[in-house]
Amino acid sequence: MAYQNIFTQVQLRGELEAGVPLGPHNDERFGPFGTSWLMGKLGGAQLGPVYLGKLGIASLLSGFIAIEIMGLNMAASVNWDPIQFVRQFFWLALEPPAAKYGFTVGVPLNEGGWWIAAGFFLTASILLWWARTYVRAKELGMGTHVAWAFGSAIWLYLVLGFIRPMMMGSWAEAVPFGIFPHLDWTAAFSIRYGNLFYNPFHALSIAFLYGSTLLFAMHGATILAVGRYGGEREIEQITDRGTASERAALFWRWTMGWNATMESIHRWAWWFAVLTTLTGGIGILLTGTVVDNWFLWAVDHGFAREYPATGVVDPATLPGAPQ
Amino acid sequence: MKTLNKLVAIALPALLLAGCELGSKEQEQVGFRGTAMVQISDPDSKAKVGDIPAPPYELTAEMIAGDRASTAYENVPVLGNVSVDEFNYLMQAMTTWIAPDGSNVKDAGCTYCHNPENMASDEKYTKVVARKMLLMTQNINANWKPHFAGQGADQENAGVTCWTCHRGNPVPVNNWSSAVPDPSTITGNKRGGNTPAQTVAYASLNSDPFTDYLAGKETIRVGGKEFPTAASKAAIQSTEKTYGLMMHMSQGLGVNCTFCHNSNNFAKWEDSRPQRVNAWYGIRMVRDTNNNYISALGDVWPANGKGAYGNRRGPHGDPLKVNCATCHQGVNKPLGGYKMLKDYPALKGAAPVAAPAPVVAATPAPAETAAAAEAVKPAA
Repeated sequence: MAYQNIFTQVQLRGELEAGVPLGPHNDERFGPFGTSWLMGKLGGAQLGPVYLGKLGIASLLSGFIAIEIMGLNMAASVNWDPIQFVRQFFWLALEPPAAKYGFTVGVPLNEGGWWIAAGFFLTASILLWWARTYVRAKELGMGTHVAWAFGSAIWLYLVLGFIRPMMMGSWAEAVPFGIFPHLDWTAAFSIRYGNLFYNPFHALSIAFLYGSTLLFAMHGATILAVGRYGGEREIEQITDRGTASERAALFWRWTMGWNATMESIHRWAWWFAVLTTLTGGIGILLTGTVVDNWFLWAVDHGFAREYPATGVVDPATLPGAPQ
Repeated sequence: MKTLNKLVAIALPALLLAGCELGSKEQEQVGFRGTAMVQISDPDSKAKVGDIPAPPYELTAEMIAGDRASTAYENVPVLGNVSVDEFNYLMQAMTTWIAPDGSNVKDAGCTYCHNPENMASDEKYTKVVARKMLLMTQNINANWKPHFAGQGADQENAGVTCWTCHRGNPVPVNNWSSAVPDPSTITGNKRGGNTPAQTVAYASLNSDPFTDYLAGKETIRVGGKEFPTAASKAAIQSTEKTYGLMMHMSQGLGVNCTFCHNSNNFAKWEDSRPQRVNAWYGIRMVRDTNNNYISALGDVWPANGKGAYGNRRGPHGDPLKVNCATCHQGVNKPLGGYKMLKDYPALKGAAPVAAPAPVVAATPAPAETAAAAEAVKPAA
């Protein structure tokens, strides 16, 4: 029953594992530091070793500067009052420059320049972290799947905050930093461009997002369910199918007539996750640049249904309409 | 341990639902099936239509036909043409509506506006304001019928009285004034929003959607045609400001978005409900009211801290003005659609009035003239 619990029931204790020796041109690793019972409940009990390296340090530093710029701007907006900072935190924002500045760099700091600076450092931090995932995977002799999946998320991030504003010629099109402000931006964005639900790439993105959660649930449940037969040793079972793998496959053939394999299920999951942000980014990029009203576009292209009109006429088009 | 886990598993979702309104909801389909065109309301939290004061006494046709007020009273430029009886009847009603006798309003009763020694005197600013408000009421009733009696609705006696907004208060409870401008530095600068503000339903949207839309004539429309054109340049920021105004309208009328809009494409008129047309006229009516009547009174409004009856201006120094909630007060038809105007024919006004009526000597001339000039500008 061990693997059918919410928390991992087995925790390994023993000599700490330092991992493979590092090749030349590498920095020092820190740790391993020891084991943690609490972390062992959620995953591996051992903490470390951590490879920070130059990329890691540069990324963390850039990230710290970005968060600092956002946080200090928000703190300034409530007159540096720590209590109000906490109370209003979900409402506070660091907003991009107004439309009048276009897509220029020379924006005064207190008119949105701080937003550009925070965005620059946040982007630097994310790209450096991407490089870190790539280099570390290479160093371990792994494939670079993690880096490319992360890259797909970065694509959507860059479209929202940089590429689309550049194509629209205005920083004002970008997303503000802040909890509710970025949600309000999302709602306003959809309304401004005639309802994003009628954007086919948005639809694809949602399908892949929901598909990801479905696949995650199916796969997680399958492996937990055959845990009693050693099903968690998935990789061995790709080449040497044991009874766990057979039973898992049979379960899906019985219930839906076909099964993914121990290997292919991970491709399914990877592609669904990667395509979520890939298609989402395409959808955002086309909005306002190519299509200005997705509902009208969708009706025009047979993608959405036109409902019977209500007979209402825009009063501004009537003769003698008031201002 | 197992029992504790179970308890937590039951209690946690229950706690997460604690913010929900319990009880059954009322729902009404208001558009084509399957398009989410439905009004959902919680009967417990619906704004109540309060009691409506009865007329002071019955106004008979004989009383209406009597001698004109101008023959009996001095300085009655607005109501000089109604009968003496109807004049007194209306004065009594206005007292009940605005500064009722026995209320805790200072100088409640006739003396709220009048000098009891000389009823004709304009020495109290409240009397000058009341005269302008009468003109305003007549203007609304005569010229803004498309707002409250459009789309084939019964136009007879549809309109407003002082009570529609005032409800027994010298200043209507729901009002607005311009936000104090943000500082030019980042300290204390909320960029016009990013604050839990009631005006926009506690979103982080611009908390003053009124100044530019309900006094100014900034474009509210943000939705575009199918493909981008040079004209479709509305920024996300102006969309958020429009959104803020819509939040106010939704709250002020106690309705949700689909009361007017089809949410598949908010901008499209052909799929909207007729109520959106009423709202469109309402926005223009409110602009007219704010600019040509309330703000037009200029320095008649005492500076804050100087007036005899408390502050009449906001923190930025502009007078308290009207928005949708001023009349509607959470109900989509103010006073539940009760046609109060039937008992007060003098408030109906004469249609069409081109400019806000003959200028009264007691009102400050420069502000008045400027406002009148604004009002007769041709519609664009």
